[in-house]
Amino acid sequence: MGALEAVILTIITASTPLLLAAIGELVTERSGVLNLGVEGMMIMGAVCGFAIAYTTGSPLLGVGAGLLGGVGMSLLFAFLTQTLMTSQVATGLSLTLLGLGLSGLIGESFTGLPGIKLNAIDIPFLTDIPFIGPILFGQDILVYFSFALVAIVTYVLFRTRTGLIINAVGGNHHSAHALGYDVVKVRYACIAFGGACSGLAGAYLSLAYTPQWIENMSSGRGWIALALVVFSSWLPRRVLIGAYLFGTVWIMGLYVQAMGVAIPAQLLSSLPYLVTIVALVMISGNKTLTRINTPACIGQPFAPER
Amino acid sequence: MNESALSPAGSENAAGTLLEARHIVKIFGELRANDDVTLKLKPGEIHALLGENGAGKSTLVKIIYGSLQPTSGELYWKGEPVTVANPAAARDLGIGMVFQHFSLFDALTVTENIALALPPGLDMADLAARIQTVSADYGLPLRPDALVADLSVGERQRIEIVRCLLQEPRLLIMDEPTAVLTPQEADQLFVTLGRLAREGCGVLYISHRLEEVKRICHDATILRHGKLVARVDPQQETAASLANLMVGSEVAAVKTAKGRAPGEPLLELVNFSMATDDPFGMSLKNINLTVRAGEIVAVAGVAGNGQGELFAAISGESVTADVSAVRLSGEACGGENITMRRRRNAAFVPEERIGHGAVPNFTLSENVVLTHHAIGEGVVRNGLINRLAAHAVNAKITEMFDVRKGTPDPEARALSGGNLQKFVVGREVVLQPKILVVNQPTWGVDAGAAAIIRQALIDLVRGGSAVLVISQDLDEIFEIADRIAVISRGELSEADPAEDMSLERIGLLMAGAHEKANQVGETATTA
Repeated sequence: MGALEAVILTIITASTPLLLAAIGELVTERSGVLNLGVEGMMIMGAVCGFAIAYTTGSPLLGVGAGLLGGVGMSLLFAFLTQTLMTSQVATGLSLTLLGLGLSGLIGESFTGLPGIKLNAIDIPFLTDIPFIGPILFGQDILVYFSFALVAIVTYVLFRTRTGLIINAVGGNHHSAHALGYDVVKVRYACIAFGGACSGLAGAYLSLAYTPQWIENMSSGRGWIALALVVFSSWLPRRVLIGAYLFGTVWIMGLYVQAMGVAIPAQLLSSLPYLVTIVALVMISGNKTLTRINTPACIGQPFAPER
Repeated sequence: MNESALSPAGSENAAGTLLEARHIVKIFGELRANDDVTLKLKPGEIHALLGENGAGKSTLVKIIYGSLQPTSGELYWKGEPVTVANPAAARDLGIGMVFQHFSLFDALTVTENIALALPPGLDMADLAARIQTVSADYGLPLRPDALVADLSVGERQRIEIVRCLLQEPRLLIMDEPTAVLTPQEADQLFVTLGRLAREGCGVLYISHRLEEVKRICHDATILRHGKLVARVDPQQETAASLANLMVGSEVAAVKTAKGRAPGEPLLELVNFSMATDDPFGMSLKNINLTVRAGEIVAVAGVAGNGQGELFAAISGESVTADVSAVRLSGEACGGENITMRRRRNAAFVPEERIGHGAVPNFTLSENVVLTHHAIGEGVVRNGLINRLAAHAVNAKITEMFDVRKGTPDPEARALSGGNLQKFVVGREVVLQPKILVVNQPTWGVDAGAAAIIRQALIDLVRGGSAVLVISQDLDEIFEIADRIAVISRGELSEADPAEDMSLERIGLLMAGAHEKANQVGETATTA
């Protein structure tokens, strides 16, 4: 395996969880809800995924459990913010703290146990092609799914009625309500979708990225995903660019460090943030496009008149 | 305008009522928003629903449209009792509604906005073609692929109307449709409504403008404080008698102060330009305006043509590099902020009374401090708030403007719209400023409060102040203004004496007649 091939494979594994979590949060935010609990949902996905995969021996069941772990957390958030009308910011922050604590508790007995790795899909012949094979055809199911998700979300948001309704609810919830749409129901669904994606991102961490359970193993990726959504002007294709740009710079930094180049480690570890922000700010120069894609109702609670 | 076209088409089948609301009661907490209201409407009838703010008109139409459920009372549709559970159910019956605050989505196209109100399973290309046909057919031209954010208010209303028309409604509810239109656009709307009525569609028409009610409506139901006060034939009434029924007492006529010789210029804009960096804002282009001591100058125009930007430029919410482009009392102050300009004895009342003009969860006396802190009767001394002085100012405003409220110093949000508007205007008028700029002084305010506010502006001018009023309400402008300028697409026409202006001329100016010749073509969208 060549060095370049190895680098590209690591970049893919580093970027996938960011992409999954960010695309889910993008849908949540498009419906007008700001869920700052991505980190908490992700870490719950990681611990649930690992626990079920370890107990049953099936990594795929683990992936399913991770998804459900994220959904469970997101439904708690949805109930609090949509039904009980709590502040989205405060609830999201609490969700992150709750997730970090709860996952530590659940994961205590799993710490240090050997992990079960989500295997790469092996396609005969294609995977054997040198260089291209392992990169294009040797990935696990979540990597393929993350790309499919970008395409699906783009299609649904911009080409279907479902997407139109999501954008309408996020753009002006009073108008959407006046036209007879159930704003709260739409938001519940979008929050749950975001939770599912964050849960998958977490499962990817504990089943594919480093197949074991380590407390706090999401280490801030949820926050990066949140930032990517905003800097991408809520456009799925830009989330894809942003996630991979971040992953690339991050991994390159590690390699540069490993090669012993005399750059302060702190600078290298801050570089991905800097590069991603600068790049995404540069591509979001079109103000009208940004304005049109910004969900106008983001973070605002909605209570229909009775 | 062909008046005979608007005779009630449904009069020959007097037996058939389209909609009947019987004994509707709606209670919000302590408030009886609708108290035993009954309304009857025939097919082909344009039926006016009149009343002051808070009279319960909006509550009633929301019940008919299914957005609210009545506490008690029944609805009958074509003689059959019905329950309208939600707006979708209303649309299934054939009830369409054009909202006062449009239910549109800025970031979506015309077609997408309309698709959202129609049943699922439509082909977007088909729909775009239908929109084009129907809108052209009814004289409401629309580009299906235009983004709502880029459209004028009049065009946005057309979307709402076309959206209803595509559902082939039997009853169309219109909530203050002409409040945002130029006179010519309003005429066009009346033609469309007349045609709908002749086709047998009922129209429930809510308006404050009594002249137009007299002009187009066949029947009128009048509400006051949630109760039904009268059902009258508007053709048999005068605008004054309708107003008296709405208010329940004689509305004081405003005593004008016209015919004085104006003094020295106090407020001047000289070749003022300001580009906006808001993609949905309006850049101001080469504006020249002078307001002299002892006169009221009004800026007319359809909303969204640069009024907000103009107000911000004069008040100091936006500052300019070209400091001499804005002059107060002859001194250049384009670079000064709002407090510095207030110290020059100028005062400003913004358009939005709640949020911009007053902080909703501050008490009235605290809201007094917000604009009086640098000036006035010592509400702030040595950096500390003098609550007694603030209370005194509040009491003075209450007395001068008859601000009605439950307690002496409630939170601003507890006041009704009209009373809060009296407060925010009064807060500046008690300072007796030399220069007063008011944006939409009586927007959405009932006739009694409007009369008090207008009288206060006139009294201020009598005392030698200069007043600039930015308003969409042409009746108001003709009532109080000495000179009138019209703003359109960020350009301001020459301010001409009010007696030289006619509704037609203002309408043409609103449509951009004064803009540079090469721009006139693209603005001719009022059709």
